[in-house]
Amino acid sequence: MSKQDKKKLQFPFRRAVVLTAFSVFALSLGYRIVDLHVLRKDFLQDEGNARAVRVVDTVAHRGMILDRNGEPLAISTPVDSVWANPKKLVTVRDRWPELAKAVGMKPRKLERLLASKAKREFVYLGRRIHPDRAARIMSLQIPGVSLQREYRRFYPTGEVSGHLLGFTDIDDIGQEGIELAYQDYLQGKNGSKRVLKDLYGQVIEDIESIRVAEPGKDLYLSIDRRLQYLAYRELKAAVKKHNARSGSAVLLDVQTGEVLAIVNQPSFNPNSRKGLTGDRYRNRAVTDVFEPGSTIKPFTVAAALTTGLFTPDSPIETGPGTMKIGRNMVRDTKNYGSIDVRKVIQKSSNVGASKLALAIPAETFWEVLNKAGFGNPTLSGIPGEAAGILTLASKWRDIERATLSFGYGLSATPLQLAQAYSVFATNGKLQRVTFQRQDSESTREQDVVQVMPATVALQVRNMLELAVRPGGTGTRAQIQGYRVAGKTGTVHKLGQSGYEEDSYLSVFAGLAPASQPRLIMVVMIDEPRSGEYYGGIVAGPVFANVMAGALRLLNVPPDDLESLRPRMAATETDVLATLQTSHGEGQ
Amino acid sequence: MTDRWMVITVLIAMTLASALAVVYARHETRRTFVALQAAETARDEMNIEWGRLQLEQSTWATHVRIDKLAREKLGMRIPSTDNIVIIKP
Repeated sequence: MSKQDKKKLQFPFRRAVVLTAFSVFALSLGYRIVDLHVLRKDFLQDEGNARAVRVVDTVAHRGMILDRNGEPLAISTPVDSVWANPKKLVTVRDRWPELAKAVGMKPRKLERLLASKAKREFVYLGRRIHPDRAARIMSLQIPGVSLQREYRRFYPTGEVSGHLLGFTDIDDIGQEGIELAYQDYLQGKNGSKRVLKDLYGQVIEDIESIRVAEPGKDLYLSIDRRLQYLAYRELKAAVKKHNARSGSAVLLDVQTGEVLAIVNQPSFNPNSRKGLTGDRYRNRAVTDVFEPGSTIKPFTVAAALTTGLFTPDSPIETGPGTMKIGRNMVRDTKNYGSIDVRKVIQKSSNVGASKLALAIPAETFWEVLNKAGFGNPTLSGIPGEAAGILTLASKWRDIERATLSFGYGLSATPLQLAQAYSVFATNGKLQRVTFQRQDSESTREQDVVQVMPATVALQVRNMLELAVRPGGTGTRAQIQGYRVAGKTGTVHKLGQSGYEEDSYLSVFAGLAPASQPRLIMVVMIDEPRSGEYYGGIVAGPVFANVMAGALRLLNVPPDDLESLRPRMAATETDVLATLQTSHGEGQ
Repeated sequence: MTDRWMVITVLIAMTLASALAVVYARHETRRTFVALQAAETARDEMNIEWGRLQLEQSTWATHVRIDKLAREKLGMRIPSTDNIVIIKP
């Protein structure tokens, strides 16, 4: 013990120096710790985070658009864009041919491109290319070439539903049609998260979620893809056959007001819109108005029957086929003489309709048209929808009452006209149109407008059936096995100086099966230039072809059993016999 | 006196334990978040794949194409009324 004590005390000064040095060292370390961890903590933490922690967006998917059966109409899918940093790429000149081949560019062109952007740090080599191809390019591992993920919207049906769906811009924001109308519903909300990045900007760790991305919701439309295609095909064929300027067709479900198909010509392909101008994008069936012509006559007759002054049997003198109102002349295509109200529809007599309109109060006529939706937008939600024009009854002069009775002096869209015809299909009630699938009948609250008494609606429907039967103007709209009710319209187009003599609109509006209506369709063909222009001849067959297909696809049983009687069989032998006779006839 | 030391010791032990628990919980949060991210990425990839397959399927099933194939390649047509017999109930 004493020996040690002696040792300790041997160098007291040195001991003191060493101890002091150590304690100063320890204290300064301690101070440094306090300084870093307490005094300057916030500042240092911020600086550190600023160098490594980043907030990045998590991309939300845009919702799909589907048809009523869940078939996709618009899907967003990721694609890759290849970009390069020319400054880095310059260092590996020997690999350029390889790169040019992979991105599908001529080597000469790539060289020129890179030379022109040599001072920049960013140039696109290929935008929105297929991910497989992008992966192949990246597998070359050429320095300075990177990928950027983008979303692109695809429309599997292409031209068939181009107008209806519209399209989105490069940032996936709706620009036209349904894409625009339901933009908020379809678009998701991008989320964000905090991540740790390394020196090269690569994410090394996810730290926390700040906001969860909300993907867009899927939208179910009332459209049936099969019927949409059918309508597209038939309309396109008709527009081509008659060398028409344009055309529209609308197909509605009577019970729910759902739009099953809506097509226009000329159409466009939303997947590649290069070199197309704005008027090509218009959904004409909703945005363009036309004078409905004779297709208004059923409403004239309905107004007349509603007043009680007329019955379907009331005689009307239409001879001599012309009628002078003030300085104007109303003409029929020929002199029908004395006919009853039914025949006014069947023969489409302008004089007859004018006489009816002049015999009833203008307000009653106006009320029927207004309640049927003329002059009011359908509230379908499609952007750019037109309301059409229906002037007030108080401003009508006699000639206006007369021309209105056969559909001049008011305007409507094909969609409006189809909606208005629902009155004749649903016992006088107006069925409002919708583009969204209705899951059950109770989901949609709507104030039901009784446009006319149910009996009147039924009477007019029976007259519309006559118009399609032999002796009517719309015989080309017949469908074998079904009873069809409909009205033709051949409208003189309004030109620079009044109505033009040789430029027409051909219209057909009808419903089937007439005994218990399921579908309504309006076909409008603008300026057929092949020589034929009557609504019954140009638009009627389109109606018949689409309607026949639609009734078959929707499994609607035939209601015109009378015409099918020769094709009926009760037993197995009858079946064979019936088939044999027809085969015999065929040969 | 000993009681007081006991209390202090227990408190110190509890503080230490809770400190460790915080560290552990924090670590666990990160770990599960990373797992969540991985799962979400996988889900997104699958969604993308699904969308792509749906797109492909619906492109193959375009009515224009089916219509053309049925008519031209298979020689199909819609039966005319002459070929239909209605069975009386």
